[in-house]
Amino acid sequence: MKVIRELWRSLIDALTGLGAVTRFLLRLTAVSPGALLRFDLIVAQIFNSGALSLVIIMLAGLFVGMVLGLQGFSLLQRFGSEEALGEASAIGLVRELGPVITALLFAGRAGTALASELGLMRATDQLSAMEMMAVDPIKRVVVPRFLGGVIAMPLLAAIFSLIGIYGAQLIGVQVMGVDSGSFWSQMRDGVGLVDIREGVVKSLIFGIACSLIAVYEGYYAIPTAAGVGRATTRTVVTSAVVVLFLDYLLTSAFL
Amino acid sequence: MSGRAIFAGLDMDFPRGKITAIMGPSGTGKTTLLRLITGQIQADRGSVRVAGEDMRSLKRDDLYALRRRMGMLFQNGALLTDLSVFENVAFPLREHTDLPERLIRELVLTKLQAVGLRGAAGLMPSELSGGMGRRVALARAIVMDPEILIYDEPFVGLDPISLGVILRLIRRLNDTLGLTSIVVSHDVREISTVADNVFLLSGGLVVARGTPSDLQANSTEVVRQFIGGLADGPVPFHYPAPDYFGELLARGEGS
Repeated sequence: MKVIRELWRSLIDALTGLGAVTRFLLRLTAVSPGALLRFDLIVAQIFNSGALSLVIIMLAGLFVGMVLGLQGFSLLQRFGSEEALGEASAIGLVRELGPVITALLFAGRAGTALASELGLMRATDQLSAMEMMAVDPIKRVVVPRFLGGVIAMPLLAAIFSLIGIYGAQLIGVQVMGVDSGSFWSQMRDGVGLVDIREGVVKSLIFGIACSLIAVYEGYYAIPTAAGVGRATTRTVVTSAVVVLFLDYLLTSAFL
Repeated sequence: MSGRAIFAGLDMDFPRGKITAIMGPSGTGKTTLLRLITGQIQADRGSVRVAGEDMRSLKRDDLYALRRRMGMLFQNGALLTDLSVFENVAFPLREHTDLPERLIRELVLTKLQAVGLRGAAGLMPSELSGGMGRRVALARAIVMDPEILIYDEPFVGLDPISLGVILRLIRRLNDTLGLTSIVVSHDVREISTVADNVFLLSGGLVVARGTPSDLQANSTEVVRQFIGGLADGPVPFHYPAPDYFGELLARGEGS
């Protein structure tokens, strides 16, 4: 009986949370057109979320690509079709690994930064001070950060995939000796606009999800040291679960 | 909502052009009162009127319009940590006006000069001492030339020199700018030197009102306790607890 009650309560909590996040998203969407007029604020946030995440994204992309090159080569070699390595790794990166790993890294690097920044602004009365100066903190602080993240994510995912393909080429062609011509030509023939569209749509949706979770957690963080810490942790955990869940839904929708 | 009434039968007025101090022991609802006056929260019952406007009937835009006529100094200054001192003071101007850069510069430097920190315009908030931070926040609060200036515990944690500076600024700004000032504080001696009127709150009620000298002459027990800084009196030193010896003995038996 007690277990059922507990389960019921957590279900209600989860639904309430989902409702609150949805309402927050609607509020952000309503304010977004006005915020777009001040594009300089958004550009600053694209720099914060995007440019400052570049190093980790590029490094991760390179290593993931190299691993793909290695694993892909050993697998494809069994069937005597190593030349397909280019196509295989490119499709894997563009459609799946690029958007997903970028989103996970984004949540860890930019999402936590957003959540803790907003949480600390709340804790140090900066958001209340803005309200007292008749400045809507949602419009001035939250929306530029949200839109900055949404714009940065597809760009980061594209860079990740690009570097990843280079990494796969590095191992496959330079080290394992796959023919360079067939590596590139098979990739060009095999990767279509559909694959790229899937990657772009996924990374856009992951961008919306990760940025939304980060600004929501930060904005509503309990204004204490522990509260901000918890908001940061929740940002990473929730983002990771939501991204992987959405990835399944989107993949099944695209197939 | 805990259902506990914070104020009951509260009747206060803040005359135009005067400095009114709100004093009272911690936890008596002084900050809540400020949040009611500034419209950050709404009273469940009764009415709060600011400059003739009923705070409860105000729409969001009207509330923001009213807030442009108010300035507020937060307890910790609440400076925006990602902006320099200059940009912090310029913030309300940039958000609410289209003034040319040259004029903004002039206005900001004038206000910073008024609080003695023109030389610190290029510093970041993290490079300021507590007293300096509060003076910058004061410059920011007056940059839009408000009619009402609200100070939330402006003396907490200041050294005697900074405290004296802030105290003189409160008086000087009030007189030169023709402001209506509301100061929440429990520093009896300091505030008595500048306030025109004083309200002493305790337990959600006004227990004494009048000029600072009226208060000094007041002989009611609660006023004497507060002015004299006595540990025990109508405001108990101890938070409600079960009998001390009984609890100690009970713990002894339990271990």
